[in-house]
Amino acid sequence: MEVKEVKMRGRLKGDEADIKCLMPHPMETGVRKDLDGNLIPAHFIETVTCKRNGEVFMTADWGASVSKDPYLGFKVKGAAKGDVVEVSWVDNLGNSSSGELVL
Amino acid sequence: MQVSFTRRRFTQVLLAAAAMAAAPLAALAGNRDAFKAEETDAALKALFGDKPVTAVDDLEFKVPDIAEDGSIVPVTISTDREGVKSISLLVDANPNPLSARFHFMPGAATEFKTRIKMGESSDVRAVVETEDAIYVATRNVKVTLGGCGG
Repeated sequence: MEVKEVKMRGRLKGDEADIKCLMPHPMETGVRKDLDGNLIPAHFIETVTCKRNGEVFMTADWGASVSKDPYLGFKVKGAAKGDVVEVSWVDNLGNSSSGELVL
Repeated sequence: MQVSFTRRRFTQVLLAAAAMAAAPLAALAGNRDAFKAEETDAALKALFGDKPVTAVDDLEFKVPDIAEDGSIVPVTISTDREGVKSISLLVDANPNPLSARFHFMPGAATEFKTRIKMGESSDVRAVVETEDAIYVATRNVKVTLGGCGG
């Protein structure tokens, strides 16, 4: 697959950052069929890791029922200007990607 | 004798340390079973064993009443309950109800917003896990066009 970076936008308000991410990914469930009637294999993000300045504060386990090109919004508590927020993912086929945002 | 004892002990300690380091990740990986469950009850059992689940409504759990497109149903879950370890999202009528499970380190904001696929109209569950208890809030979403692409 063509692995794409995680796109991130964020706003720091006081000591809390509001982050929005978009993770381009097919998120195939494995039950869809192509035009020839063949099953398209399951291909979806399984784990997401969110870090602030290299320290994990949140992770997620996902199933294939998270929508295609997943959107993820979350908040970072105790954030400060200059903090690096990183979001990375690994899918069920071993692909991975990440993105980062400097507050 | 002394050298081989030291090397063996060193290897033992290293393996033990590696096992401990891998344990949290292994625990997360082990919960993939819950994603395979075909009923909400079975998914909750896989996640939390026989721990009792209490119905609550004291959290922010936003979903549309009616979703035109079941392939992108927006969900917002936020709780200010103390000691939340994880929040799971389940869709009862989906072939595999467990959609996502978010784990929070101490001090993290216990909330998230995402979009999920719903194959048909269904109850949707937000399951909040603390050290002592499991809490569930339920909403119902009517889906106009099913989102599993079948």
